[in-house]
Order: sequence, then structure tokens, then C-alpha cells
Amino acid sequence: MLNFPEFLEFSVSPIFDYAVDWLLRNFSFIFDFITLVIATMFNTLEIALNFVPWWVYIIGLFYVAYKQYNIKTGFMLSGLLLLIGVFGFWEMMIYTLVIVIISVIVSILIGLPVGIMMAKSDKLEAILKPVLDMMQTMPSFVYLIPAIMLFGLGKVPAVFATTIYAIPPLIRLTYLGISNVDEEVIEAGQSFGSNPRQMLFKIELPQALSTIMTGINQTTMMAMAMVVISSMIGAEGLGKEVLTAIDRLKVGDGFQAGFAVVFLAIILDRILQGSTKKVGGEH
Amino acid sequence: MNNPKIQIKDLELVFGKGKKLKKGIELLHDGASNQEIREKTTAAVGVRKADFSVKEGEMFVIVGLSGSGKSSLIRCMNLLNMPTHGSVEIDGENILDYNKAELIKFRQEKISMVFQHFGLLSHRTVLENVEYGLEVSGFSEKDRDENARKAIDIVGLEGWEDYYPDQLSGGMKQRVGLARALANDPEILLMDEPYSALDPLIRREMQEELLNLEEYMDKTIVFITHDMNEAFKMGDRIALMKDGVIVQLGKPNEFFENPASDYVEDFIADVDKTQILKAKQVMNDVPVVFKKGMTRKKVIKQMEKHELYTGYIVDDDNKFIGSVTIDFIKSARHKKIDDLIKTDVQSFYRQRYLKEIIPLMDECEFDIPIVDSKNRLRGTIDKDLLISSLN
Repeated sequence: MLNFPEFLEFSVSPIFDYAVDWLLRNFSFIFDFITLVIATMFNTLEIALNFVPWWVYIIGLFYVAYKQYNIKTGFMLSGLLLLIGVFGFWEMMIYTLVIVIISVIVSILIGLPVGIMMAKSDKLEAILKPVLDMMQTMPSFVYLIPAIMLFGLGKVPAVFATTIYAIPPLIRLTYLGISNVDEEVIEAGQSFGSNPRQMLFKIELPQALSTIMTGINQTTMMAMAMVVISSMIGAEGLGKEVLTAIDRLKVGDGFQAGFAVVFLAIILDRILQGSTKKVGGEH
Repeated sequence: MNNPKIQIKDLELVFGKGKKLKKGIELLHDGASNQEIREKTTAAVGVRKADFSVKEGEMFVIVGLSGSGKSSLIRCMNLLNMPTHGSVEIDGENILDYNKAELIKFRQEKISMVFQHFGLLSHRTVLENVEYGLEVSGFSEKDRDENARKAIDIVGLEGWEDYYPDQLSGGMKQRVGLARALANDPEILLMDEPYSALDPLIRREMQEELLNLEEYMDKTIVFITHDMNEAFKMGDRIALMKDGVIVQLGKPNEFFENPASDYVEDFIADVDKTQILKAKQVMNDVPVVFKKGMTRKKVIKQMEKHELYTGYIVDDDNKFIGSVTIDFIKSARHKKIDDLIKTDVQSFYRQRYLKEIIPLMDECEFDIPIVDSKNRLRGTIDKDLLISSLN
């Protein structure tokens, strides 16, 4: 009576195995297409980012941080970026940055419309809320498995897994931002005869913009976290340095790569927060 | 002049969804109380039954405590709330029959709204806020700018065009709200407790300004408030609402003379009427006016038909010229009425307070004609009416 009865045990894993298998057998052309698109985006962006000399990044970052905050923050952020280079991770950093950027772009392309639709439709809201909760509590490693199955090893599954992991906060905050627009502001828009399109682009999105920017910031931070983990499925970049250090039990190397990840995250966070403040309407 | 601009017929409004809403409407028709309906179906009754009309150029005030349904009712006039029964006719057209495009056009051109908490767009400057209505109606950038600046001048906000709403005080924000509503020159202005969020001094100032504006703009205004003093000060006519029903509707003095129920009496108990009653609020309608150039015979015939002692003569623009008495024109021999008009008749501006009319009354043998700022005849006041209104 103490042990869980064996006849009640049932495994759902075959269902998922079967589903992935079925997708691959019938829709492999879709995944091939996605692979092609993401790989092309990836390579183009990587070439473009590598084309710019390293000191342009340092100076550019200094300038942006100086404009958004002050000269102190300018020195701090560009100093952190310089340190990543000093640690010998410049190329790795660019590679990681490319995965993050592409994941964030894909997240915005998908997340923004989904968040808007979720705010407009009660049905979609009821379906997506638990799905988003699930996506956010699911251990991040789990996403790696279908990523490999569908896209093989390398950067494309890394982008895929990173996007899946990073997209929920953007959807959630877009939804929140749109549905929290002041009721009277909505009524004002309608009372002046706005059509649904004008309501969305002239009222709802601008009013929700600072919340959406917070969502983009969170999504970027999530992507930074996932990009390290996705090195386990063959993505290069800073994460791979950490992984190698774990494999060889090299504590120092591990921390050095780990700090590079932290620095990059701080830089992205500050820059995004700076632009959030700007669009948030501080007059 | 006295055509109904807005005609509300048999209007009901129940909030709710799907089956519960249907059940709520059924219960309402069976005569269940608001509370019963809410407990049984969770549907909320906004307006139980409303039947009234608003005249062109009138300031119509709906007053009631919070939850009395006044905000729900005003939102039926531009269909921010969809009535569950009845009709809303504006200029004779039932707006419930409009399709989406017609509704949008109606909102863009004919009607606009001012909100209690202003409803301003925080991401736009004052000028851009005022331009909003023009922008969605597809005006060119130049016209937008021109009309918006004109509206900003009207409400007295010149120089603030490039500020953002969060840099303005409450009173100024509501001026922006008003300018935005005036920018596309609508015929009807809906004002949902526009001054309730303002402090008393600013509120009084804004009330006076609105009365002045109304005077020369000729808009039909539906004004909502929970403050009886404000209602009497602003309204040509007032509708008092309770639990979704209009319990009394009439001119301000009628509330004092003839309160419909104890509730109405309680509601108006602390209103000081000598301070707020204006000529326009107690005046009688003129049953018939005579145009300059009419024949004497025709005038006599009309006056006899309406049993009038005094007749009022206006020109083609309805501007007041003078009056005639029936005895006098009967004794004359002229063919046209023109030479018989007594033109030195003292008229009285309708925005002035009633107490100022008392000295005039002693000198005048006729009813006193009440005119608006353009000297158009709007009504008359006689001695009996004056005395009964002030007591």
C-alpha cells in the first residue's frame, strides 16, 4: 500500500517521440526552409558584425551610453566590452550576440502580434496563459531535445531553442501593455471615430510601448541565459567556452568565460533600459 | 430651433455576456429590480428605460449619484455602449442602424466627447492630442494644424501646444480635452462629468467658460454631473437619474416647484436657487413668432389662435426686433405689420441671473423677451413665472 501502484504508471514520452517523428516525416521541408532562412540571416549578420572593427564598437557603445545616461556609465559599459576582448573572447562574443539578436528579432516578429491578439481575444487569452506559464517553468534543457531532432546540431537549433525559451515574457508583456491601456483613452479613441487599425497603431501600441520595451529587455536577458545552455547542442560562442571549462574542470577558465557572459548581459540590459526610458515618455 | 437633435426612445442598456445577458434582459422586461437581476444573472442594468429628446442648441444636463446610469446613458449617444433595446435618433436617423463605416463617419463628423479623467494620449503633445480627431478623419496636415490651433485658442491654451499632458495641471488637461472635442467642429458635444475631477475654483471658472462658449458656438451639449448645483447652473433642462431610471426631467425651476418624489426633494435640498437660476432656465417657449414683413391680418389670426396678448417679431435670422400687442394692431389700418412694431422693448440676455430681471419687471407691461448672444429670441418670462420661480 505504500508504493505507488505499478498498473497506474503511464508514460507520455512516446507521444512526444511520436509527434516529433511524425513532424519530421511529413513536414521536413518546412524545417529545411526555416533552417535555410535562419542560417542565411545568421551568416549575413555575423559577417556584418565582424566587418565592423572592434574599436568602433567600443567608441559607439561609449557614445550611446553617454547619451542615454552619463559619462560614467559610458566609461563603465565600454570598459566592460573592452574586457571581453582582453579576455580573448571577442569573436565568441560576436557569435553569441548574433544568436541573441536573431532570437530577439524572431521573438518580436512572433511575440508582438501574438501578444496583441491575446489582448483582443478572450479565447486566445484562455489558451495562451497556461501555455506561457508552462513554457516559463519548463526546464530550459528540455527545449534542446526537439531542437536537435528538428534542426540537427549547430547554430540553427540554438536559435530555435533560444527563441522558444525567450519569447514568453515578450508575449506576456505585450498582452499586459495592450490590455492595461486606460479605459478612457480607449473610449476617447473610439469616440473620435478611429477604425481598428488606427486604434492599434495610434493609441494602443504607443500607450503600451514602454511595457513592450520592458518585455523586449526581458526577452533579451532570457536569450542571454539560454544561449549559454544551447552550447550543449553545438552552438559556438561564449557558452561553449564555459562548457569546455566544465568538461576539463578548469575553474579559472569557467569564471573568465562566465564573466564575459555577465558583461555582455549588463551591456545589453543597460542599453535597452536606456531606450525604454526614452520611449516611455520622459519629457 | 426646437427640433429634437437627439431623440431617445424606449432605451434600455444591460451589461453582460451571452446567455446571462439574454436572461437579464428578459428579467428586466418582467419588471425585476436591478438588484434581483444582478443576483440572478450577474448582468448589470445600466439604463432601465429612457425616453426623452434633446433640442438643438440645448444644454441638457443628466444628473445623478454614481451608479445611477448617467454615464451609461450618455455612452449610448455615440454607441460606446450598445443599447440592448430601443433607439437613439440623431437628426432623425437611428444610429443603431448604422454599419461600421457609417458609425465611424458619424463619430468623426457629428459628435465628440469629453471625459472625466480627460482621456488624453500621454505620448502626444497638446497640439497632437487636439489634432487626433482630425487626423483619424483624414484631414490634411495643414488643415489639422490650423483647426487644432483654432480650438486651442478657443479654450485659452495658446503657448502650450508643444507640452505633454503630464506637464499640465488638471484644469489645463481638461481644456485640452475640450479643445480636442471642439477641433472637428461637431454638432453635438457629450461631456461625461468633465469638471468632477477638478478643484472647486477651477471648476467654477471652467463652468463659466463653457457657458460662454456655448453661447456663441451653437452646439447641442449633453452634460453629465453628480453635483446638483452644477446641474442647475449649466442646464437648460435637467434629467435626474436614479437606478437607471430618469425620475424627473424638466427645466431647473420645475424641480423646485414640482419635485416628482421625496428623492428629488432630498436631492435638491441644499441648492440655493437665487444664486444659480438663469433666465434661460425658467423661460417659457414662444409658441409662435412673427417674421417681419408679414401681413397684419395673418398676425392677428395667429395671435387669436394661440390666445396671445403679445406677439414677438423677428427678422429672417430669428433676431429679435420688437413686439406688438393685439389691441394695438387690431385698431390699426396698415396692411403690413412692419410699421406697428414697438421696437423699444427691453430684452434680456438669457445667461443673466434671474434676480437681475426683477427691476425690469416693474417697468414692463409685457412678458420680457429672452434673447441669446446673437439677439435671437429664445423665450419669454412673465411676472407670475418670475415670482413662482424665485419662491
